[in-house]
Amino acid sequence: MTIVFYTAGAVAIIATIMMLTRLDAVHALLHLIVSLLAVAVIFFVLGAPFVAALEVIIYAGAIMVLFVFVVMLLNLGAHAARAERALLTPSIWVGPAVLAAILLAEFIWLLASGNVPPSGAATIGPAEVGMALFGRYLIGVELASMLLLAGLVAAYHLGWRKIPQVEATHVSHP
Amino acid sequence: MLPLLWLVPAIPFAGALTLAVLGPRMREKAAAVIGTGSIAVSAVISLFIAAAFLTAPPAAGAYTQTLWTWIDVGSFRPAIAFYLDALSLVMMTVVTFVSFLIHVYSAEFMRGDEGYSRFFAYMNLFVASMVTLLLADNLLLLYLGWEGVGLCSYLLIGFWYQDPANGLAGRKAFIVTRIGDTAMAVGLFLLFHNLGTLRIQDLMHAAQSQWPVGSAYAIAAAALLLGGAVGKSAQLPLQTWLPDAMAGPTPTSALIHAATMVTAGVYLIARTHVLFALAPPVQFAVAVVGAATLLMAGFSAATQNDIKRVLAYSTISQIGYMFLALGVGAWSAAIFHFMTHAFFKALLFLAAGIVIEALHHEHNIFRMGGLRNELPVAFWTFLIGGCALAGLPLITAGYYSKDLILWSAANSTAGGMGLWAAGMAGVVLTSLYTFRLIFLVFFGRLETAVSHRPGLAMTVPACVLAFLSIVGGFGKLPFEALLATALPQFREAGGGMSEALASAAAGLAFLAGLLAAWYAYLQNPSLARSAAANPAGRLLHRFWFSDWGMDWLYDRVFIRPVVWAASANKADVIDSIYDGLAGAAALCYRLLSATETGKLRWYAAWIAGGSVVTLAIVMWL
Amino acid sequence: MFPIREGFLLSGVLFTLGVIGVLVRRNLLFVLMSIEVMLNAAGLAFVAAGARWGQPDGQVVFLFILAMAAAEVSVGLALVLELYHQYKSLDTDAISRMRG
Repeated sequence: MTIVFYTAGAVAIIATIMMLTRLDAVHALLHLIVSLLAVAVIFFVLGAPFVAALEVIIYAGAIMVLFVFVVMLLNLGAHAARAERALLTPSIWVGPAVLAAILLAEFIWLLASGNVPPSGAATIGPAEVGMALFGRYLIGVELASMLLLAGLVAAYHLGWRKIPQVEATHVSHP
Repeated sequence: MLPLLWLVPAIPFAGALTLAVLGPRMREKAAAVIGTGSIAVSAVISLFIAAAFLTAPPAAGAYTQTLWTWIDVGSFRPAIAFYLDALSLVMMTVVTFVSFLIHVYSAEFMRGDEGYSRFFAYMNLFVASMVTLLLADNLLLLYLGWEGVGLCSYLLIGFWYQDPANGLAGRKAFIVTRIGDTAMAVGLFLLFHNLGTLRIQDLMHAAQSQWPVGSAYAIAAAALLLGGAVGKSAQLPLQTWLPDAMAGPTPTSALIHAATMVTAGVYLIARTHVLFALAPPVQFAVAVVGAATLLMAGFSAATQNDIKRVLAYSTISQIGYMFLALGVGAWSAAIFHFMTHAFFKALLFLAAGIVIEALHHEHNIFRMGGLRNELPVAFWTFLIGGCALAGLPLITAGYYSKDLILWSAANSTAGGMGLWAAGMAGVVLTSLYTFRLIFLVFFGRLETAVSHRPGLAMTVPACVLAFLSIVGGFGKLPFEALLATALPQFREAGGGMSEALASAAAGLAFLAGLLAAWYAYLQNPSLARSAAANPAGRLLHRFWFSDWGMDWLYDRVFIRPVVWAASANKADVIDSIYDGLAGAAALCYRLLSATETGKLRWYAAWIAGGSVVTLAIVMWL
Repeated sequence: MFPIREGFLLSGVLFTLGVIGVLVRRNLLFVLMSIEVMLNAAGLAFVAAGARWGQPDGQVVFLFILAMAAAEVSVGLALVLELYHQYKSLDTDAISRMRG
């Protein structure tokens, strides 16, 4: 199990770094999917098989499909990749990297100073999660459903545009 | 009848409220009916209450009516409650009755004034406040009434506000009395802090049982209350506001200076007499203040040429007599003099108002004269009032009350011949300036033509008061018996002056003043003029005319330095701190708005930096 | 036996990588992807904490995060489309008209 964990963790980190450094959005997306799948494996290792499945189905499946659709709609070509390369100069990424490094250092310090036990107890299956979700967290579920509804309405509203306008932009931007 | 007590202040208050809200849309007649009617009802009720009180005195000589708890904070629970004993009964009855007569008078006097309903609203509020003050069961409610009369006096003195001088006089009265009120408020804090209550009766019992005679607390509390009384009653050294308060309409002067406000200090001291008895030095100070004030005001009154200012100084002087009486422990004598003074001083102001209105608002007594035949009612009533003020022996009320005070001063354990002599000198002076006034205004040649004759509404109240100014003194013995239920008896020191001797001396002093006035102003008018013309006389005249230079002194000692400091601090040092705060806020705003670049990555970077710092604080602090 | 501490460590690393992505990339699509990484890392921390206590609550919270991420992505991508139509660019620095 430990080997599986470290392997999956390494895959997740490397895939995320690869995602960050890609110039082409589709390539980045593929790396992101790999990263998410690796995290799903880690969930499984941590004794959360239900969440691991959801990670694969919803994150790596549904959400990423959304991204892919949008990338295809935008129809970004080779010139976009060239533009991205021009933007990725060291002067841009050094500062944020240092900031993030400090954040990570603080995080590790916290982990090291707190007495986090090295390992946990038993596997928690879907049944328990479901019991908790529709028991104590029922109001949270309702709120989440309202949030999703709001997201749906907002996405529809933002994505809706008049046909002539779409044609006009199409003509002006071959 | 006694349960109707609350109506006595409530009805004038309701009248004031009605007039304040609906007054501007009322016709004069309606305003007069409401304004006068409310006081009339109040006066009638208080007369009935007095009758009930006298025929069937309540147990323990006092009746308490608690309406509701006013404030409820911990152990501090003052109530809206009225306390009626012989002392407050006398005060209440006299105040409401004299106020009623003055209201009737004002209904005619103020006719045609554009602020007619406003005037009655103020007057009603004034009476309501005064009655609240008198009937208050606790010192906080008393303080409410105390400030209420202060407010109303400010409003009434500055009633004709179009003239800035009137507004100035109103402000002066307000500020000077405020000095005393502050002392009184501090005194209330002291009393509550040490004795844990403000109910007057509980307070008196607690003080008597907890504080020995001459204890520091008793002295401090009594001195602070004396400060309040001195301010409100225009005694030394806070008497400067009262002569200027003559800027108000004449009925106001009658109301403030005769029946109500200025006697509040006398009432306060009489009400808290236990405290003063526990603080002999302060009580002696009361007597000294009274004696000094009555002399100083007497000299000033003899030099004034404004008819109302003469009366104002005479009021200060007469209240000085009351303070003298309080100081020597002759409590009921002080209240007796309050009552007779209320009658004859109200009368004098009303008669003076008739004269003033008859002569086109002429105030200067040297431009009056010979009005004896022109305004007979004014003359006779003024003469009666003047005789009462000066203390015409055996006939007038003022003689009996003042005689009682003088005899008490001579025979008190706390008094002495010095105080008696001051009082006697005061009698001579009173007689002198009163008859000077009468001779100058009503005798001699006619100086100014009479343009207006008073109607019944003005003459009838004056006649009623004239009647009371004479018969008021005959009730001395039952009056003292009544007050004995509420105030301690006068303690007579052995081997003093006999009553007959004191009366004879007072009578002689009166005659001396009368003769001096007669000689200097009627028989030989050049004498007074030549006395005032030589350098020493002129200096003295100016000194007394300006109230012993008190205004000048206060101007130099208090007002100028404050004005200087204010002008020196025009830039306002304190304010610059707040300006600095505002500037710092503006600076922060500019700094923060500079970070609003519209660049998403920077915003995210700020968030990340913020979480780094927050985490660091959480970890290492 | 589950490696809890390593799970936390991994979530910290992934979160930091997400922060770097948000700060470095100027392409709005990449910013959104980085946010997904950060949300996922936060969810990982919750699941690890749930495993530490043997309670389902961590997983429940992860489900909420999932729902929120879905809503966020749908709105965010709709905004991306709209912005691209308006500006013909996904560069966040170029789209800075909302300056105060």
